[in-house]
Amino acid sequence: MIGKGILKGMVETARNLTGSFHDPDRLTTVEYPEQKIPAKENARNFPFLIYDGDDWEAGLRCVSCQICEKECPPQCIYIEKDKEKKPDFLGKMQMQPKIFDIDVSVCMGCQICVEVCPFESIRMDNDFEYAGSDRFESLLLTKDQLAKSNKYYHSIHPTEAQETDEIRVQKREDHLAKEKAKAEKLAKAKEEAATKAALSKAEKAKEE
Amino acid sequence: MWFEELLITIKYYLVLQMPGSLQPVGSAFLSSLPIMTSFGGLFALATLLERKMLGRIQNRYGPNRVGPGGLLQPVADGIKMLTKEDIVPKNADHLIHFLAPLGLLVSAMLGLSVIPFGHRLIALDIETGILFFFAMGAASELAIFMAGWGSRNKYALLGALRAIAQMISYEIPLILSALSVLMVVGSLSLSDVAQAQSGGIHTWHIFTPWGFLGCILFLISTLAEINRSPFDIPEAESELIAGHMTEYSGFKYALFFMAEGVAMFAMCALTATLFLGGYHAPLPILSFIPGPVWLFGKLTSLVLLFIWIRGTMPRLRADQLMEFAWKFMLPMSVVNLIAAGVWVALDGGVAAWILSGLLNCVAYFGWSRILSQASRFNPRTYRYAEEAGVSK
Repeated sequence: MIGKGILKGMVETARNLTGSFHDPDRLTTVEYPEQKIPAKENARNFPFLIYDGDDWEAGLRCVSCQICEKECPPQCIYIEKDKEKKPDFLGKMQMQPKIFDIDVSVCMGCQICVEVCPFESIRMDNDFEYAGSDRFESLLLTKDQLAKSNKYYHSIHPTEAQETDEIRVQKREDHLAKEKAKAEKLAKAKEEAATKAALSKAEKAKEE
Repeated sequence: MWFEELLITIKYYLVLQMPGSLQPVGSAFLSSLPIMTSFGGLFALATLLERKMLGRIQNRYGPNRVGPGGLLQPVADGIKMLTKEDIVPKNADHLIHFLAPLGLLVSAMLGLSVIPFGHRLIALDIETGILFFFAMGAASELAIFMAGWGSRNKYALLGALRAIAQMISYEIPLILSALSVLMVVGSLSLSDVAQAQSGGIHTWHIFTPWGFLGCILFLISTLAEINRSPFDIPEAESELIAGHMTEYSGFKYALFFMAEGVAMFAMCALTATLFLGGYHAPLPILSFIPGPVWLFGKLTSLVLLFIWIRGTMPRLRADQLMEFAWKFMLPMSVVNLIAAGVWVALDGGVAAWILSGLLNCVAYFGWSRILSQASRFNPRTYRYAEEAGVSK
């Protein structure tokens, strides 16, 4: 019969029309600036620099080795080394960046800088609200804008941050063990030298 | 009744204040002013309502950013349209290109002038009101063709040609189904048609066999006449860019939309007048509520129905559309006319009810059965090469 299908269809659309008022499952729209869906844990966007402690300048992990700058495929990272050095978390004196810029309009979020960083200092952020009024200045993130605390890293990527921390703990232990071994070796060498000296002294005395 | 008398008294008072030579012009102006302003405003609200309702049908919110609940969206759209550049193609026929949107809007507005909005509340009470209305509807076809031809653009011309073909085809069932009402009422004047349904809901024409089928046929033809979904192939955004409106921008484009909206209101008002009792209340007790309120209520519910249909159905193909017009609409409207004739011959009553109802039912079920056996009205079946090979 002509018209039956149309009536069926109209019943269906009417069900949608009324259903969207009382059934929240139907209305899946998220009204973005007011409502936000929390980001998925593995979501990533642009890189940022991690610092330890409260002072970002003192705690910045980056040692300006410039590996990320060289590896970055679209070359969005620009680093200039500082002449002054500062101690890292192991107490060694390390270089620090004077300028560290990332152009997020160029960055493609490939995470290669994160993979190559030997100091766990650059990681991926999940913040995407980078809209600015200026095409050049506001999209070029400088060192102070990029620096974010380890706590923040834990809040956005808990699992990854835990792994990173474990690596750092391991590094510290290795370093301490190495230092200890070195010290022991040094002490041993000293002892040996002392015994040698004593022996040679004794031999000399025997000879005489 | 009191509301209509009040408006008429105010109008005559204002006309009498004018100098004698200005009185005819002033009278015409005062009659047309409320129609033009109220339908302009109603069109703005209807665009918002349409977008909201389509959104809800598709489980979205619809516009809700401008103003409370998106209420100021039409204003924002209007400002956007008015401040856009008005581009006229270099090779276009400038005069025709300019006149087309105006012609469309004027013909749509003129159609409203013969609609009775209340007792004696009619801008142009002529004896052949419905003829005037359909003449204006035909003038809109001319305006659309002017738009398509004047733009000198193949999409515009194709859209205009499709529009002409469609509108002429659907004008026949439109007028034939309206004719059944005129036969029973015995007058071409729309105020007479409305007056014939003054007794309450049981006297409305839709509650008779011929009126019911006539109303449905009339509404379907109306959808095609005003180029609304599912008969919107003259515009067909995905096929013809925007049909006859391809080369229009800015204010002229807005005028096209406004003309379409006003034509929709005019057609809905005519449907309400012909079949739904016009400005009359469904119960005589409720007649203290002014007539315009009832007419606008009926009109708005018909507009809601049109939006609902738009949210339900996909666009028809050009050949499906023609087939539907000539193979289904035209025979059914002729049968409906015969049923109305039976009604007139038997002068109403139970026998007339049964006879004309039977005629319409038999015609509808029988004809749709015959058409269903023709393959084109059935869902398409696909036969793939592999399947055919396996089954053999």
